[in-house]
Amino acid sequence: MTKEYKTIREIAGPLIFVEKTDPVGYNELVNITLPDGSTKRGQVLDTSEDIVVVQVFEGAGGLNRDSKVKFTGETIKLPVSKNLLGRILSGSGEPLDGGPRIVPEDRLDITGAAINPYARLPPKEFIQTGISTIDGMNTLVRGQKLPIFSGSGLPHNEIALQIARQAKVRGSDEQFAVVFAAMGITNEEAQYFMRDFERTGALERAVVFLNLANDPAVERLITPRLALTAAEYLAYEHDMHVLVILTDITNYCEALRQMGAAREEVPGRRGYPGYMYTDLASLYERAGVIKGRKGSVTQFSILSMPGDDITHPIPDLSGYITEGQIVISRELHRKGIYPPINVLPSLSRLMNSGIGATRTREDHKAVSDQLYAAYAEGKDLRGLVAIVGKDALSDRDKKFLEFADMFEDRFVRQGVDENRDIETTLDLGWELLASLPEAQLTRIDNKYIQKYHPAHKGKK
Amino acid sequence: MKTNGKIYRISGPVVIISGLNTSMFDVVKVGNEGLMGEVIGIEGDKSTVQVYEETSGIRPGEPVENTGMPLSVELGPGLLESIYDGIQRPLPVLKTKMGDFIKRGVFADGLSREKQWDFVPTAKKGDKVKGGDIIGTVQETQNIEHRIMVPPDMSGTIEEIKKGKFKVDEVVCTLSGGKKLTMMQKWPVRKPRPVGKKLTPNKPLITGQRILDGLFPVAKGGTAAIPGPFGSGKTVTQQQLAKWSDTEIVVYIGCGERGNEMADVLNEFPELEDPKTGRPLMERTVLIANTSNMPVAAREASVYTGITIAEYYRDMGYDVSLMADSTSRWAEAMREISSRLEEMPGEEGYPAYLAARLSEFYERSGRVQSLCGKEGSITVIGAVSPPGGDFSEPITQNTLRIVKVFWALDAKLAQRRHFPAINWLNSYSLYTKALGDWYKENVSPEWQKLRDDAMELLQKESELQEIVQLVGSDALPEDQQLTLEIARMIREYFLQQNAYHEVDTFCPMDKQFKLLKSITKWGNMAQSALEGGVQIEDIMKSKTKDDLAKVKFEKDFDTALGVILKSMDEEFKSLGGK
Repeated sequence: MTKEYKTIREIAGPLIFVEKTDPVGYNELVNITLPDGSTKRGQVLDTSEDIVVVQVFEGAGGLNRDSKVKFTGETIKLPVSKNLLGRILSGSGEPLDGGPRIVPEDRLDITGAAINPYARLPPKEFIQTGISTIDGMNTLVRGQKLPIFSGSGLPHNEIALQIARQAKVRGSDEQFAVVFAAMGITNEEAQYFMRDFERTGALERAVVFLNLANDPAVERLITPRLALTAAEYLAYEHDMHVLVILTDITNYCEALRQMGAAREEVPGRRGYPGYMYTDLASLYERAGVIKGRKGSVTQFSILSMPGDDITHPIPDLSGYITEGQIVISRELHRKGIYPPINVLPSLSRLMNSGIGATRTREDHKAVSDQLYAAYAEGKDLRGLVAIVGKDALSDRDKKFLEFADMFEDRFVRQGVDENRDIETTLDLGWELLASLPEAQLTRIDNKYIQKYHPAHKGKK
Repeated sequence: MKTNGKIYRISGPVVIISGLNTSMFDVVKVGNEGLMGEVIGIEGDKSTVQVYEETSGIRPGEPVENTGMPLSVELGPGLLESIYDGIQRPLPVLKTKMGDFIKRGVFADGLSREKQWDFVPTAKKGDKVKGGDIIGTVQETQNIEHRIMVPPDMSGTIEEIKKGKFKVDEVVCTLSGGKKLTMMQKWPVRKPRPVGKKLTPNKPLITGQRILDGLFPVAKGGTAAIPGPFGSGKTVTQQQLAKWSDTEIVVYIGCGERGNEMADVLNEFPELEDPKTGRPLMERTVLIANTSNMPVAAREASVYTGITIAEYYRDMGYDVSLMADSTSRWAEAMREISSRLEEMPGEEGYPAYLAARLSEFYERSGRVQSLCGKEGSITVIGAVSPPGGDFSEPITQNTLRIVKVFWALDAKLAQRRHFPAINWLNSYSLYTKALGDWYKENVSPEWQKLRDDAMELLQKESELQEIVQLVGSDALPEDQQLTLEIARMIREYFLQQNAYHEVDTFCPMDKQFKLLKSITKWGNMAQSALEGGVQIEDIMKSKTKDDLAKVKFEKDFDTALGVILKSMDEEFKSLGGK
């Protein structure tokens, strides 16, 4: 029997300080019984012979010095089983769907362990999302972590759902299991996701963890870890290809800052804790493919940039950890273009290993580079036109200007349920490039121009 | 000596212990599982320890043991081709011992104790030797001869020296006084290895990257920094340098970076060929991988582990290059630990000793005469990841105060897929003068002028661009339009380089020279044609201009370029003018 203590000395925000305990382990799970009989859970943040600091997940409401604290002697674990699929759980892992408790096949530490880099397989399997701006220009591969950098009021949820619906590895029937973790999103948003999962039947192959806006902020710190633990279990023990959607990383970071402030830590940039990089890395890095194991974990997180500012610490630190980012643009959204993905600041770092003759098509990289360069030039010219007027442009420049408009209208824009395969995307790219003088296509090897350019295609 | 040490307090990677006599930087074994840690502060009876492994579940009261040794690395044959974590545990060994995930409390020797190496003595009985002297050699990989040295703090007369196959911890030589030497020595990572004397760098590090070798060269033994926002190509540039630099040994430190990226390096390096020897690149490489989710204290140590290994090969007389990707992660590890220690923070929460630590690290580079009299060098190239791409932050600024070469990565260039996205206006190299003679002798006496002219054109272009932004390019006089065009050719044909193209990924100095010279030649001919009354429209239609764009991708570069140069002459002749 573990002892119960009634030696709370101080309560500060979500933290309690407990005195005169037997040795307590760092990161241990704590059960707290309130005088009215209700219980809360917490985790040890700092432990010494004299005092133990516990962070309480459900918030400190109702806690007083008469509350009883019990240290469980183990770190937080998630009961896992294949039956997790189809279940809806709370942000701390309790069933919310009225179903039975999970009968565990195993209980796993939610902190997870770092994958030995030597055991990793470099991700290179192309995932077709059916969205041209992603497949064609920021290709996603299995085992990658690619967040959506968005802003408030932008359709990031629609895009995430479209990807979850359409994503597949070509030439295989394997389906993705989806692990969805909501952190501090509104009930309405959560409903939106749930409805779509139900409509498409995805729920059967999904595990959902919900920490909503009115749930305790501290709980947000464990929600993504529960989700990733479930994902790793399904991927590495049950050979599934798991797509993890974490939303919204910004809420997670706010919770992190809140805890840092409660602990009176020295704050870093904009009040976020100095260890936020390491903390975020401990989430993002739990994606990948392991040699000799069939499954994989791919992460697709949503992050809303405060004030659309990509240099804000949250997107900034994320960008240094994730393998690229998909940036949603307010400007395109205002023009009524869906999906409003701005390809210029977007990037997929693993793209080059996921494309090419054997994976997508030989001309993929060249077409993508050329589209990038031409679109960037066309966009620059828009600025110039605003000053000097269109007439002052040379013929060549006018072509690029028109290209940029066509690119947004035809390549970027597509329907919510429009699923373009990679050939369609690349051919569309060629069609647009054909509007430019051939000599301007400097990024493309001549042999591809001969083979794929609409002016030469099929002729010999 | 008090030995009943125990844990007093735990807060993440920082553990306070009591009841143990310690010195600063002693390595201690913490808790029942014997987690490795390092003493970083002493106060009264208590010592503060940073622990290199996860501390979840560790309790106060668990025992602590002092090894009495500072954090050290094992130096000897077997370092090359190795893949280590931040504290020199070989990752493949860890994988065998604990599976696909990094667990804790597992110890692994830096050098294999099983493998036998063929030791060939070069000193003989009766020789007087001092620290740093070479007593024998081992063929470590096909092209690298590992020179076994007397540890820096030892000297004496050789009483016995053996020959034959030995393991690294077996005695191969005995000095007077019974001092025994093995092929392996240990060295504390935070202490620079001594050298004979430091020399001035005078040779460039040839990297095969046009913008680096051509415009902003770094000298062997020099220091360079690559700062850039995320996505601007720091890692690709670092990896290109690790692949193609003409040093004999490469130490690559992945410090707090992505696991998938490290996996890519680990997979790719054994398959890539060294352009000079044709052997796998891995045979000259030591990799250190401490990804962002591996323990933060080990990340802090990884940079020191790497530079100590680099120094060891330098002492043998080799040219070594060290890539640290990224020094910002290293500095953040310092900040994290400092904040756990509740130290008074300096700028942006970084510890006040940040600048000192950075300069200490970069100062371990240099071209030296080692203790044995041979000449060796360490070139340090550090990536910096400034938050928000803002170069005014403390790490970038403190780094720039030390390094001599600055390769400024630019997000705008990366967005338009101009790679390497190194900004030619903001970057600089303070070695261009010192290396001038080398280029004159080894490339061409014309080189310096070609380079300066190209830089001047690029500078002029940026001034003209400001006008173009206001009035459009057609409003410029014709000669200025031509200047813009030539500058564009330099940017796109010369500076842009495709790291993923089999031919273009590496560009030898001779090819760089010829390419730049041909572009300049076109420019000069176009200029005289314009002055001779040829219409600018006709010049712009030049076919050889377009041909020059793609010549860098040709396998048979010289032939292809020869053809272009020939038709260039004809083309301009047919354009007429006077």
